[in-house]
Amino acid sequence: MKINFQELTQLLQKFKANPYKTYPVVTPHTGYLVEFKVKEGDYVAGPTGEWLEKPGTPLFVLEREKNPKIIRSSHFGTVQNLRMDLLKKFVEAGETVLEIKHPLTQEEIISEILLSSLLVVRAPETARYILSQELVKKLEQKGMGRTKIKEGDELLIMTFMKRETPIYLKEPGEFILYQIYFKPFELVQAGSPLIGLCPIEDLPYLEKIIHRIKEEWSS
Amino acid sequence: MLIELHKELKDLIDLAKYIGEIKGEDFLEIGKIVEELQSLYLNFYDYKETDIEKLLQRYNEKLREWLKKAEETLTPYEIVKITRHPQRFTLIDILENVYDSYMELGGDGELNLDPAMICAKALLSRRVGDEVFFHQVMVIGHEKGHGEEFRRGGSATPWGNEKALRYMKMAETEGIPIHFFIFTPGAYPIEDPPGAAQQIAMNLYYMSKLEVPTVSFISEGGSGGAEAIGLTDIRLMAEKGYYSVISPEGAAAIEAKLKEGRPPREIVEKMAKNLKLTAKDNLELGTIDKIIPEPPLGARRKDYEFFKRLKYELIKATDEVVLQTRSLKMLRRYALSKQSTESFKYFVNWNLSEDEREILIENRYNKYRKMTQWALLESKGLLKSVTEKTSRFGQKIVYEMKYNILKKSQRTFLKFWEELVSESSLIIKPVSDPVKSVYNLIVGKKARPKVKTLTEIEEDTGLYVSPLALQDKTVTCPQSDKYGCPDLWVPDLYGEFCGVCPTCGYHFPLEYKWYLNNIFDKDSVNTFNDDLSSGNPLNFEGYAEKLRIARKETGLNSALLSFEAKLGGISLVAVMLVSDFRQGTVGVAEGEKFIRAIEFAKLTRRPFIALVHTTGGIRIHEGTMGVVQMPRCTMAVRDYVDSGGLYMVIFDNNSYAGPVASFLGAAPYKFALKSTRLGFAGPRVILETTGQAVPPDYHSVENALKRGHIQGIWDRRELRKKLFFALLTMGGPNLYYR
Repeated sequence: MKINFQELTQLLQKFKANPYKTYPVVTPHTGYLVEFKVKEGDYVAGPTGEWLEKPGTPLFVLEREKNPKIIRSSHFGTVQNLRMDLLKKFVEAGETVLEIKHPLTQEEIISEILLSSLLVVRAPETARYILSQELVKKLEQKGMGRTKIKEGDELLIMTFMKRETPIYLKEPGEFILYQIYFKPFELVQAGSPLIGLCPIEDLPYLEKIIHRIKEEWSS
Repeated sequence: MLIELHKELKDLIDLAKYIGEIKGEDFLEIGKIVEELQSLYLNFYDYKETDIEKLLQRYNEKLREWLKKAEETLTPYEIVKITRHPQRFTLIDILENVYDSYMELGGDGELNLDPAMICAKALLSRRVGDEVFFHQVMVIGHEKGHGEEFRRGGSATPWGNEKALRYMKMAETEGIPIHFFIFTPGAYPIEDPPGAAQQIAMNLYYMSKLEVPTVSFISEGGSGGAEAIGLTDIRLMAEKGYYSVISPEGAAAIEAKLKEGRPPREIVEKMAKNLKLTAKDNLELGTIDKIIPEPPLGARRKDYEFFKRLKYELIKATDEVVLQTRSLKMLRRYALSKQSTESFKYFVNWNLSEDEREILIENRYNKYRKMTQWALLESKGLLKSVTEKTSRFGQKIVYEMKYNILKKSQRTFLKFWEELVSESSLIIKPVSDPVKSVYNLIVGKKARPKVKTLTEIEEDTGLYVSPLALQDKTVTCPQSDKYGCPDLWVPDLYGEFCGVCPTCGYHFPLEYKWYLNNIFDKDSVNTFNDDLSSGNPLNFEGYAEKLRIARKETGLNSALLSFEAKLGGISLVAVMLVSDFRQGTVGVAEGEKFIRAIEFAKLTRRPFIALVHTTGGIRIHEGTMGVVQMPRCTMAVRDYVDSGGLYMVIFDNNSYAGPVASFLGAAPYKFALKSTRLGFAGPRVILETTGQAVPPDYHSVENALKRGHIQGIWDRRELRKKLFFALLTMGGPNLYYR
């Protein structure tokens, strides 16, 4: 597998043109839009706290059957496209009331670039995973971003209820271990990314891109 | 000589600073004196020895005089400050100076299961004439440490209290008396197993029938933490100690309705006064037995006279406990009252015989049973009280006849008969079986008798509509973000759904009347002791008015309802803590009602159920009068369970603090409805005490089950069925009375 440079450049250009992600806030059900709690351009916060126990900023109040419900923000960003015309009106379910413009951070862009460019090995089953012993040894010697892996190498060990299954690399070619997304012996849901591999010939290019992002976007 | 003067000067500086710290810098001219002494200390060698001696003497006289003056104007909050001062004596000082020798068990400074709780075996000498006798005692108590951070100021962890319990059992096995020393601002309020509340409850439960003489000495008695090792035959208290339901700061935070931050100083001082937490107040309230006098502004580490006095009082108190169990005690008790602190006139053996142990436990029960009863208000005429007394006496005779005399012989006979039948079947079977099989062959096999099943309960509870259901509107389930629950129409929610979200099972709070009408059989609830209420024993400012409002709003006289009821035909006695009346807090009236109800259940041989609608803990407005309800009620629980009763607790909504750490937590069977929050202290108190925030689900019922604090989680919609099933299963065929 090789990195599709064209796609990557397009993605980068997209981020550059618009380094934001907009999240529309829709009504969960029908009801009267009683009151807006924010103005256009206000900064709103998502849930915070160590356990996300502090709810986000209140956005507006939707009332149905004498049950006023406060709709809160679930993202960080600024309010835009506030539909003032809906105020004191009956609103259908699924109607977009406002949008939250979320400025992308450096980490978010990098992780998105990596996910789209790296060869990501995903968890085949919900289980606990550890790196294979050979890989751990190699990592200790060479370090992250320099460990080479080729086809047929044992990558990971999936362990669940004392049953252990090795996972091998099936893609042809040589790769570099670039990212580890899990913690040893942590329960990983099926389909979640485990490790990210970069083709050995593309490594200089990828590093260059990431370096550029780090320079251009202040975190 | 000069060295001694130097030392004396240092002591004087310490004393002056101490006075300043207790009374405030503007007391007389203490700040100036400290400065003068300090400059003298710096330029010590510039003076002549004779000058210094004179100077020191003058300062000494002055400070002693001021000490007396300071003592005269001592306020309750200043007493609290004395108790907490790092210069005050701690348990280690007592072990060093009161006991002749000691050996700490399982601890060496920081290397300790819980450095805040110290257990030691110690020897205590008694001089009788020329002879010296040694008593062996177990010493258990909190150690504040002189500024040692790892001791957490004497806050015992749950496992620290468990350790104390272990050594209590050890002392019981060895038959030696236990001396408890209470130096705690409160228990460390974490839920890690065994759990702060649950372990205190366990300690109280066990201590109520500890078969050795126990004496406790209170210097700093902070509510639940103090009770964990405080249920004793004699309670001594230091003159400059405090014993309170809550720290004055905590009370002030509640009074000022603060969510975070420090309460203002004036309110703290007012609360210290209102809480009646000094030794003198507690003696008047009857929550302690004796005050040990201290020198002006409290005893410090080097007040050897005080330790001498303490030793004498400890021996005397233990003697008193022991002598109360003996038949021949008149002369010695008289002699006890005439004793001097120097030497004793006789020797008392602290080992108890089996009969004496029984008397000891009986004495202890009676002592706590009588405590705080003076504060009860019972509105009834002479005639009513006489008829009630006679009927109670009559009931007692009837039930004693029915259960103790008739049932016992009947049961013995039944048991014998059962044995006989099963034994004889073994002899008869080989003979009868061939005959039976031939008979079956000819006549045809008889159907086997049906296996007995537990009876199904009928859904007959009468019609009751919750007033909450009488609104035409919808509400949102608080967990709808997580589970996507649709909005609920109120008449459905509080009617058919029993206040439970059908999607996620979240339990909305319901009023207490719902339980009375939906759990028990129709028209079977019969309340008693309704007129029992508490006054304002501490004369707490504003409390009388709060009580009056609560009475008017709820129509109840206390937060605890006690009633007889039937559940699927099973007759039982129950109590319920009601949230509407001052958040279900427990005071004198609630404690007394609980004890009377459980004693009634014991007398009539019925199961006893405690429903907790909500409890906010011990009512702070009743101070230590409320705190001693913890040992009182737990004793009654122990008495009931030991005599064979089935005691079950069902928690709902919010259950916190004192009651959970005593008579509720001590129950052998505890269940909770879903969405209950159960614990010792709330998140704010935990953050303030431990410095660490706890996750929002810290007190959830699921976590309580994980920690082993309860035996199961029930659904409110099935409460009646579950309770009935539990009664049949747990009570067994011979419901109550093994």
